Amino acid sequence: MTGKSCFDEMCGFDGSIRGGYEAVDAWIKSSPPGLLANRRREAEHFFRRVGITFNVYGDQQGTERLIPFDIVPRVLTSTEWGRLRQGLEQRVRALNAFIADVYGERKIVAAGIVPEELILQNPAFQPEMTQFRPPGDVYVQISGIDIVRVDPDTFYVLEDNARTPSGVSYMLENREAMLRLSPELFSKLRIAPIDNYPDALLQTLRSVAPRSASGEPTIVLLTPGPFNSAYYEHSFLADKMGVELVEGRDLFVRDNIVYMRTTQGPKRVDVIYRRIDDDFLDPIAFNPTSMLGVPGLFSAYKAGRVTLANAVGTGVADDKAIYSYMPEILKFYLGQEPILKNVPTWRCREPEALKYVLANLKDLVVKEVSGSGGYGMLVGPHATKAQLDDFAAKLKARPADFIAQPTLSLSTVPCVVDSGIAPRHVDLRPYVLCGADGVRCVPGGLTRVAMTEGSLVVNSSQGGGTKDTWVVEV
Amino acid sequence: MLSRMADSLYWLSRYVERAENLARILDVARRLSALPSSYAGTSNEWESAIATAACSQTFEATYPSATRENVVKFIVDSEANPSSIKACIEIARANARSVRTAITTEMWEILNDAWNDMHRLELANMSDSDLSRFLDSVKATSLRFDGAAYRTMLRADQYWFQRLGTTIERSDNMARLLDVKYHVLLPEKEPVGGGLDYFQWTSILRSVNALTSFHWVYRENVRPWLVADFLILRREQPRSLISTYSSINEYLDQIADAYGRQGPAQRRARSLLTRLGNTDMESIFQSGLHEFLSEFIADNNELGRDISQQYLL
Repeated sequence: MTGKSCFDEMCGFDGSIRGGYEAVDAWIKSSPPGLLANRRREAEHFFRRVGITFNVYGDQQGTERLIPFDIVPRVLTSTEWGRLRQGLEQRVRALNAFIADVYGERKIVAAGIVPEELILQNPAFQPEMTQFRPPGDVYVQISGIDIVRVDPDTFYVLEDNARTPSGVSYMLENREAMLRLSPELFSKLRIAPIDNYPDALLQTLRSVAPRSASGEPTIVLLTPGPFNSAYYEHSFLADKMGVELVEGRDLFVRDNIVYMRTTQGPKRVDVIYRRIDDDFLDPIAFNPTSMLGVPGLFSAYKAGRVTLANAVGTGVADDKAIYSYMPEILKFYLGQEPILKNVPTWRCREPEALKYVLANLKDLVVKEVSGSGGYGMLVGPHATKAQLDDFAAKLKARPADFIAQPTLSLSTVPCVVDSGIAPRHVDLRPYVLCGADGVRCVPGGLTRVAMTEGSLVVNSSQGGGTKDTWVVEV
Repeated sequence: MLSRMADSLYWLSRYVERAENLARILDVARRLSALPSSYAGTSNEWESAIATAACSQTFEATYPSATRENVVKFIVDSEANPSSIKACIEIARANARSVRTAITTEMWEILNDAWNDMHRLELANMSDSDLSRFLDSVKATSLRFDGAAYRTMLRADQYWFQRLGTTIERSDNMARLLDVKYHVLLPEKEPVGGGLDYFQWTSILRSVNALTSFHWVYRENVRPWLVADFLILRREQPRSLISTYSSINEYLDQIADAYGRQGPAQRRARSLLTRLGNTDMESIFQSGLHEFLSEFIADNNELGRDISQQYLL
């Protein structure tokens, strides 16, 4: 649908090779098609062998699947990255300030910027967190900010992920795969390394240890277990950080202190990087049917005896309705103009906006406020008449549950497809770490690709793939 | 380390070892059953394979008779058999996956490869040569896994628990193998003038990969009590009960040293090793080989329980 009007990161709008891509272009041109296909198979073999798979819920057949990996790297110049990085740091500082305020004085509500009901009625809002302050006032230690690009200079933030963003293991393994597949490119280009991510993560987690912790805090990664779709990532990160990978049943709480069961008896735990949703953390405080959590964990957390990363209730900031206020939120707390733009967003809860959205449905992307993973979303230009009518009815019935955005012509990057090399739409998820001692961000992030021609949906649960992302010094 | 991790490591190692032993049992049955009955005796080799694999009850509940086809199917991949070779690999890999952080990449890749290969393979209706190739690959997996553990694991508790799983399972399998065949090992069964049982004895040795080494140690013909001696009391034989028990003691002592505490597992292992060290073949035969082995199997199980209670719960 976007055709020639869409921006290709290698060939620009006019087909001339952009700065940073020369070596990649030469590499593609000098590789006979058979060789690229071979490398693609080699990469698949590598991922299968290492067991880098994700589980698909409700899929009886192959419960472990590979995410398609594309062997053409995506290149960002260090100048482009420098600006992105500043914008990301700024955004994450604002997210933290906002959450602190939501569970504190709510100055932003008093100032009339964010409507109170958007906070209080938000399903991710945790009233229990009110007046609680985590170590260093850091709520979102690990965030994934989804970025899309439409031309050489314009990057938009599409979504903030402030709960338990996943995918960072793919970022790291994609690099490993590329180092094996095309070492020659790494010797030609100066590509910023990313393999310090686990160290940076460990540093970040250490910095938010409770004051009661000993000099060397005990850090663990809490996983729902091997059946979770991101289990590979959990084990990968625990391994690289050298911390225990625990399940709920490995932990218990006594006198507000969290212990893990070890072969030498109970051992005290100080920081938990948890990859379990709020609702399942503690059957006493939240969902009583949860088998994954640890009874008493929340109480220990509130007593300041253990740190949870991310904090409980951070989802209140990555809601799509709150998203639309992010530029104002950022200005309010930091007194700065946002470096990264928001995609223009219509909040259907506002009657004027709803009217506009209904009138222009076929040109817009409509998203459910609390949805994720690309589900419950309407892409107007790709929808049938019936789908449009169906969505219009939903919008009229529950306008507050939806936001709408213009259909962006996302940038493309060359990919190896069955017929050779062709452009495919991409997005970028950089991972931003925020500790009591500062913000850390490894260069690049995870590039997700919509592998189907023309498709804009990059989610791995819907057949999206990934690429290695190179920040290249030029 | 986490108790759950130690438990998974211990069990995944037991299952890898078990898969190898099952492969050896089938391999030997395949060889013996190929001999003319005047050499192999009248015993049904497929029946004793089932007995050695310690699954007679479930087998009899599933199949009417111990034919080659039924036994191979049952031991390789029958749904009815929770300890089939396929199930062992599945369980080992599932455990490995849940303790990815406690094993090395090399160990994981070996199990993951075996699992991927097994899923590609048509296990039903294998021809004799397919079967033999499959059994070789199972043995190779176990050998590679063992080697990878030895060469790549940190010498800390995860290594000792991994080793304990392997050795506890190995002693159990060795004792069972001997017990199923104990009647051909008794001294009075030495045949007059004929090699009727010769192939039975050599098959026992072959099934634990000890036929060649037997000749190097004894430098004489295979005799039944020497087979028993070799596999129970000789320290040179790495799979003998006494060798395996020295290793078990060594690993338990390492754990006790690291943790600064001894327990029931250390005490039981030591007393079992002492008993093996203080006996000889003559006294074993006098008090009964079968009785000796049954008692050993029971004690070994008790030790497994002690280890669980002391460390893995």
